Amino acid sequence: MSETTKARRRSASSTSQPERKRPRFSGRTRRDFLVFLALALPNLILIAVFTYRPLFANIQYSFLDWTLGSKTARYIGFENYATFFGSDDAPRVLGTTAVFTVLTVGVSMVLGLLVALALNAKVRGTTFARSAVFAPYVLSGVGVGLVWMFIFDPGYGALAWFLRSIGIASPQWFNEPPLALTMVIIVYVWKNLGYCAIVYLAGLQSLPADVMEAAALDGAGAGRRFLSISLPLLSPTTFFLLITTILSSLQAFDLIRIMTPLGSGTSTLIYEAYMQAFGSYNRAGYSAAISVVLFAILLVVTVVQIRFVERKVHYA
Amino acid sequence: MSAPAPLAVTETVGKPERPRPFSSQNLARTIAGGYLPLIVATLIVVLPLLWMVLSSFKTPGEIVTTDLKVLPESVNLDNYSTAMTTVPFGRFFLNSAIVTAVGAAVKVTLAIMTAYALVFVRFPFKNVVFILILVALMVPPQVAILPNYVLIAGIGGKNTLWGIILPGLGTAFGTFLLRQHFMTLPASILEAAEIDGAGHWKRLWQIVVPVSVPSIATVALVTIVSEWNDYIWPLIITDRPEVMTLPVGLTLLQNSEGGTGSWGILMAGAVLVIVPVLVVFAMLQRYIVAGLTQGSVTG
Repeated sequence: MSETTKARRRSASSTSQPERKRPRFSGRTRRDFLVFLALALPNLILIAVFTYRPLFANIQYSFLDWTLGSKTARYIGFENYATFFGSDDAPRVLGTTAVFTVLTVGVSMVLGLLVALALNAKVRGTTFARSAVFAPYVLSGVGVGLVWMFIFDPGYGALAWFLRSIGIASPQWFNEPPLALTMVIIVYVWKNLGYCAIVYLAGLQSLPADVMEAAALDGAGAGRRFLSISLPLLSPTTFFLLITTILSSLQAFDLIRIMTPLGSGTSTLIYEAYMQAFGSYNRAGYSAAISVVLFAILLVVTVVQIRFVERKVHYA
Repeated sequence: MSAPAPLAVTETVGKPERPRPFSSQNLARTIAGGYLPLIVATLIVVLPLLWMVLSSFKTPGEIVTTDLKVLPESVNLDNYSTAMTTVPFGRFFLNSAIVTAVGAAVKVTLAIMTAYALVFVRFPFKNVVFILILVALMVPPQVAILPNYVLIAGIGGKNTLWGIILPGLGTAFGTFLLRQHFMTLPASILEAAEIDGAGHWKRLWQIVVPVSVPSIATVALVTIVSEWNDYIWPLIITDRPEVMTLPVGLTLLQNSEGGTGSWGILMAGAVLVIVPVLVVFAMLQRYIVAGLTQGSVTG
């Protein structure tokens, strides 16, 4: 509609060109079509080749008995999936993934909200604290992993020293699978907490001040205001964070690779897929099958959440 | 008659209840409720990083000890020189700089162009394209590593810098963020340019880009940081030190410096990876933080 009026205005201003000689937008439409493709196609092709194609390629590979680097592969149908779900691999890997994802997402979000409330306080110094809290999120996972490995070192680490000073022997973080998983979860939360905190802070600051004031005048205390007003109004933020943190927890790789290279106790789906293909086994087909399982989980989670978010957003 | 009465009540009741700004009661409450959580949160973040820097200056004797020495006896750079000679750190640094600069420049350009097309150019399947980009945003790149490895290794990209850069060039994140920003631009500025006869290319680079510098800076910085930190892909596609980026090189250092005495050397390596990003973040954090929160509010 506005395009038409714009075009009309332009043709009205250019007197040299008679109105009827100009084709009825078809030339313009075609030109826009080509402009769109020229601008967007390079990016779209890259996304198609390196983001979408791999999803289908993984499905294709997952039906193969294929050693990475080998020229030949054998079609074996669903055998890779049968192997995964029929062996100890499935409960071990899926369990680790579930524990890692639920704990990292849950703890990051709860602590993130608490930190956001602290950052929202009307005191000086919040600007520095805000930057500091967010900083680990932008740092290299490899660097962060090494720093924390030194802290967790049972012999000479700072944590071991602290525990010794209160009379506790340091746990063998790197040798016992459940402890290794705990350690990686702690470091992951440390690194990603700031993201949740800052997103929640933005949510808190966008809450309508008049509603809060009205509630305060009506005698609602700070706790009551938080539970009855802030938290429900923050639900779009909470659901946004739920999606993004689940997606990034399911992608967590750097810390696991650096801190527990063998993946004992910490082999999530993504790490198992990596190990099977690029560890020592070169089992490309099997790795692809695990990637497909991971992708199926992501898809289900995303679809369920998008529906949920839509409802919530309409409500809020 | 009824209006002035409550006013008078609140004035008389309100005044004695509010403590003076600097009363000890008020100060204590401010410190406990306002500062304490802030200080704790800040320390939890800062202390490990400080520990990294301090430890990178320590001698093996200061590290392999059961009683904790907080400060190094001197600013000892041996760990740095050991790290540099054990593995080619200068080369890693250069590779990381090239990969980051080229990758980020191309990605930001592509994001600007695609976002402009999505917002300002008429196209019949625009919504389909946008949904495809949104979905791509949700696909973790980690799921794609095996097929991309097979493709890139197959066309000779293993152990090359272009092989590291190429698969990451398509950008759904930047496109999405810039599209959201371009949608907020007033249509009038573009209409004026259109009437003046400016084509799309001119409108894009002379009007839309100059008024969108903060958003573009945001996308650029987030892209630069993630290229610099990128790990899984460079790890897989390189196995020769000449083409490794810093995070991969750090893994190499970790593997070659196995003993407990080498923590100082590894901390020196970690400093070399972390500090450049910390410096950039400290200077330009407003853009980085704003960008990531902006995505959350609009998305």
